[in-house]
Amino acid sequence: MNSASEVSVAAQGRESWLPLLQLAATEVFEIMLGTKLEPVIETSALPACEITSMVGLAGQLCGVLTLRCDFATAALMASKMLGVEPQQADPQLWDATGEICNMVAGNFKNKLTGLSDKCMLSVPTVISGGDYTFHLLADAGTIEILMMFENHPIVIALEVHS
Amino acid sequence: MEKIRALIVDDSSVMRKIVERSLRQAGIDLAQVREAGNGAEALAILGEDSVDLILCDINMPVMDGLEFVRQLQAMDAAKRAPVVMITTEGSESHVVQALSLGARGYIRKPFTPDQVKEHVIPVLEQ
Repeated sequence: MNSASEVSVAAQGRESWLPLLQLAATEVFEIMLGTKLEPVIETSALPACEITSMVGLAGQLCGVLTLRCDFATAALMASKMLGVEPQQADPQLWDATGEICNMVAGNFKNKLTGLSDKCMLSVPTVISGGDYTFHLLADAGTIEILMMFENHPIVIALEVHS
Repeated sequence: MEKIRALIVDDSSVMRKIVERSLRQAGIDLAQVREAGNGAEALAILGEDSVDLILCDINMPVMDGLEFVRQLQAMDAAKRAPVVMITTEGSESHVVQALSLGARGYIRKPFTPDQVKEHVIPVLEQ
């Protein structure tokens, strides 16, 4: 989505990426789920990591964008997207969270002027279960945001290669 | 506007349902909706059936949306329904490439029903 918030990668450092990632996520949830994401005050609100959606970025910006939440939250996201009850949305929750992660990644990179053309997205991958360790060869740090979706915490992280 | 037959091409079944709902919310009267999970499935459907409008994602496994549009141009004129791309890939080069291959419109995800209406109605009226 184009907006006045587009910034040049060259003109702004990575410190500007965190608010852009928040904005990208907020827009996706507002437009596609009809829900406002709220910033988290309590850091104790970290979610159980039961669903992890991932989208790879390759090109001028290399890395992985992940969205993590618990099963109930993922089902609620799917139900909001489809306009059905969470129980009815259960079979679609992997698909829905993968697509949300994909849209957040795309919306984020489209906000970085000059990057959009030089960065490709992978199709999403979704992992269920939390008993794993994420070994990414990213060496340029992580931008992570914790937000509340309908009183459920979600974590969106961008692991960046240099 | 007459009832139309639409083909929605996206590897996400959730997104296919959202696109269909957005078309209906945009006031488009749908006689039939066919779904495909990638470009190859869409070409197979068009091999045996005709549609009036195609909504197509770009990033898909097996055959992506740009390759689908390219191969669609080689089909009989009767099969070449107008294509509107609906994708997270919002770069200028993707837009130019899709339009040069024959797509008639381009919508970025996330999208509202109003944006679908704004881009699809003119294509149907051409």
